[in-house]
Amino acid sequence: MSFEVINDVAKPIISGFGITWKRLKREKVTVQYPEERREQFARTRWRHVLTRYDNGLERCIGCSLCAGACPARCIYVQAAENTDEERYSPGERYSERYEINMLRCIFCGYCQEACPTGAIVLRKDFELANYDRGDFVYTKEMLLEPIRR
Amino acid sequence: MPKKVETLVLHDSSTPVFGDIQKGGSVVVTSSGTLLDIVNQARAHALWPLTFGLACCAIEMMSTVASRFDLARFGSEAFRATPRQADVMIIAGRLSKKMAPVLRQIYDQMPEPKWVISMGACASSGGVYNNYAIVQGADQVVPVDVYVPGCPPSPDALMYGIIKLQNKIKQQSMKSTRQLKILEVIPSQQEKVNA
Repeated sequence: MSFEVINDVAKPIISGFGITWKRLKREKVTVQYPEERREQFARTRWRHVLTRYDNGLERCIGCSLCAGACPARCIYVQAAENTDEERYSPGERYSERYEINMLRCIFCGYCQEACPTGAIVLRKDFELANYDRGDFVYTKEMLLEPIRR
Repeated sequence: MPKKVETLVLHDSSTPVFGDIQKGGSVVVTSSGTLLDIVNQARAHALWPLTFGLACCAIEMMSTVASRFDLARFGSEAFRATPRQADVMIIAGRLSKKMAPVLRQIYDQMPEPKWVISMGACASSGGVYNNYAIVQGADQVVPVDVYVPGCPPSPDALMYGIIKLQNKIKQQSMKSTRQLKILEVIPSQQEKVNA
C-alpha cells in the first residue's frame, strides 16, 4: 500500500515540480512592457517624421511623390512656393500642408522609398493609440522634426 | 402593437483623459477615493477581452497573450469565446459588410459596462481596403473607445492601447457609465430622446 502511494503519487509530483524548478532557472522571456521596452528591429517602421537638413531647412519639397506611392492614399500634400524672404526648404517649393491619416496608414514605408530628398522617414515610436478619430490626422507641425540646436 | 426596440448609443468616445500612462498594475485613485474609484480600479484591471479576430491582426492579438508580452499582467488574459462573459471587444482585422451585423449583435449581447478597441488600420478606417466589401471604420457599427493604428499593430502597440483603455476606465464618472446603457425605446420616449 505505502509502496503504491510513493510510486503513484509522490514520485510524479516530485518529478513534475522538478520540471518547474528547472524552468525557474531559465532566463525570463516576458518584457515588462510599460516599464521596459523591447529592442525594436533595425527595419521597424512606425511613426513618420519629416526630417530637416543640418541648417534647419526642411527636406520636404512638396513633390507629392509620397502621396502617389501610398497604397492606402492616406497622405495629403499641398505645396507652396518658397520666396527669398520666407524660405522653408532649399528647393523652389515646400509643403504648405502635410497630413497623414495614421488610421489608414499601413506603415509599408513606400513613402520613404519614394521620397527623393529623404524627407519622410518612419521611426520606431509605436505608441500611437488614442481615443478620438480626429486626433489621428497628423499635421505637418506634429510630423516635423524640431530644429536641432 | 409590437414594441419598437431600438438601440441608442449615447456614448462619447472622446472622453478626455488626464495625465500620462500609468505603470501597469498601479492603482490610481482619481478624485476622492470613493466607491466608484474602487469599482473603476476593479473594472480596469480585470478586462476580459472577447475573441474577435477577423484577420491577420488576430495573430498579433494572440501574441499579446503569449509569454513574451503576457497580457495577464494587466488582468486581461482570459479571452472569452462568448460575449456574455466579456468586457472588452478587440476588433482585430478588416470588418466586412457581411460581418458588420454579426459584430453589432455580439456587441449588444455583451453585458454592461463594455468597451471596444479597434485594432489595426482595417478595423479603424478600412485601411487599404477602400472598396465595396469592407466597412470603412468599425465605429460605423459599434462605439469605439480606443483606436490602435498599425498594420498590424505589434503586441506592445496593442498593449499600449489596452493601457489607454484602462486609464479611460479609471477616469470614468458615474454619468458616463449611465450613458453607456442601451435603451429600449418606446415611441413616446423616442420623441423625448430626439428633442
